[in-house]
Amino acid sequence: MLPDDAAAAVPRAASTSFADYLGAHHPGLLPSNRSLGPAPATSDASRLAPHATTIVSLTFPGGVLMAGDRRATMGNVIASRHIEKVFPADRSSVLGIAGSAGIGVDLARLFQVELEHYEKIEATMMSLDGKANRLAAMVRQNLPMAMQGLAVVPLFAGFDADRHLGRLFSFDVTGGRYEEHEHHSVGSGSVFARGALKKLWNPHLTEASAVRVAVEALYDAADDDSATGGPDTVRGLWPVVYVVDAAGTRRVPERELEAVAHTIIDARSSAGREA
Amino acid sequence: MTQQFYVSPEQLMKDRADFARKGISRGRSVVVMSCRDGIALVAQNASPSLHKLGEIYDRIAFAAVGKYNEFESLRQAGVRYADVRGYSYAREDVTARGLASVYAQSLGAVFTAESKPFEVELVVAEVGRSQEADHLYRLTFDGSIADEAGFVVMGGAADAVVGGLRDTWSADVGLADGVRAAARALAGAATGTAGDGDRSGTPALDPSVLEVAFLERDPDTLRGSHRAFRRIGGPELEIVLQGGQEN
Repeated sequence: MLPDDAAAAVPRAASTSFADYLGAHHPGLLPSNRSLGPAPATSDASRLAPHATTIVSLTFPGGVLMAGDRRATMGNVIASRHIEKVFPADRSSVLGIAGSAGIGVDLARLFQVELEHYEKIEATMMSLDGKANRLAAMVRQNLPMAMQGLAVVPLFAGFDADRHLGRLFSFDVTGGRYEEHEHHSVGSGSVFARGALKKLWNPHLTEASAVRVAVEALYDAADDDSATGGPDTVRGLWPVVYVVDAAGTRRVPERELEAVAHTIIDARSSAGREA
Repeated sequence: MTQQFYVSPEQLMKDRADFARKGISRGRSVVVMSCRDGIALVAQNASPSLHKLGEIYDRIAFAAVGKYNEFESLRQAGVRYADVRGYSYAREDVTARGLASVYAQSLGAVFTAESKPFEVELVVAEVGRSQEADHLYRLTFDGSIADEAGFVVMGGAADAVVGGLRDTWSADVGLADGVRAAARALAGAATGTAGDGDRSGTPALDPSVLEVAFLERDPDTLRGSHRAFRRIGGPELEIVLQGGQEN
């Protein structure tokens, strides 16, 4: 029989989570470990830090893609025109963040290390559902900050190698995890983007047409939401788009996005209509 | 009351070292080799899942011989060290030198303070942008650390494998050639034809008893990844091993 302390080591080894390890040994490094101190219940910290906006994601046969605009705002001011809010999580998944930008970017970085850490310790990849659950746990840890206005809401998409299809997951600030079908969007412009996705998405999209649908949905979001940035032809800034399929995660090159954005702008200008 | 016999510190350390050496020499050998296009890691290992080679970080790998539970705990601790460091500083601030020196401290502390020393020998390998920047740190059970050049062999038949490799290794050998040379030297040492294992005909190289991994020098251009470590197994390993027999 194992001695008690040796037996206790077995259940302790059940979690190989990097975030749990940080929480136990270096709690100051966790993005959700920032404290605003005892603040009045009515305080709203959301104006203190830049806010990241719209992310759209949609599936197509054999994969899934995610796109984000390039704007971050602080109140009525544009805090950044260059921010990137969609990140490759690992070889077969991506995540996008909406909400408080600083915490969101740290959360994405922690999540990337979390997946790589698991892969190295266990010598195998985490399942797609496992990844979504880990991300949900990280969002849940941020709940006290969300209550004070610094919420982060990610969108997660990945390729499920067993079922051979792209899947996407949305989250709420309490760590609720919801599998979405066909398409989804988060952030301030998500209402307008979702309207566009409903009309533009169809089950027979190719990868190239899916990229166009995503850019056009972001265009519609930017049209009606002041916190979402459209294609910037003056500075040459285009949305960040990642495609995930059986071959892995891949960023769509700038020049392809430039061509897609120009096609959409030209089509809308020549139509000469309100929308 | 039991009588405590006096044991001189020299005798105590010698006994511990002999104990650790005996444990390590029972294990099968591992070769870590700096090549033109990366670092090749080759181990004799019949298990496809209980690895002797592992990824630590972007450009750093781990190779070990000895007791599995002991080196596996050291490997996991190394991964945690590297990930915490890379997360709190930056990815390029994780170096093999830093990791090797904490391993050395840990092994040294166990050797002197614990009731039993670790029966392991490790290599921490870091692939550089050029071959001169490659680092191979060899760590032994007592915490001593050596910065090796060229190639390192650890484990039971280490001397025989070194003998088999000394003539074939050169700085401009490629990864696939390096793996074949290492596999031949390991097979030669196992069958007792060490020293000329590469010339006495071609002993069949059995991929099922080999564990092979590469640290590629330019993973960004090869695969678009910042992670240099890649396991070579299955059909790919067979192709690598057969490449030499056709020549």
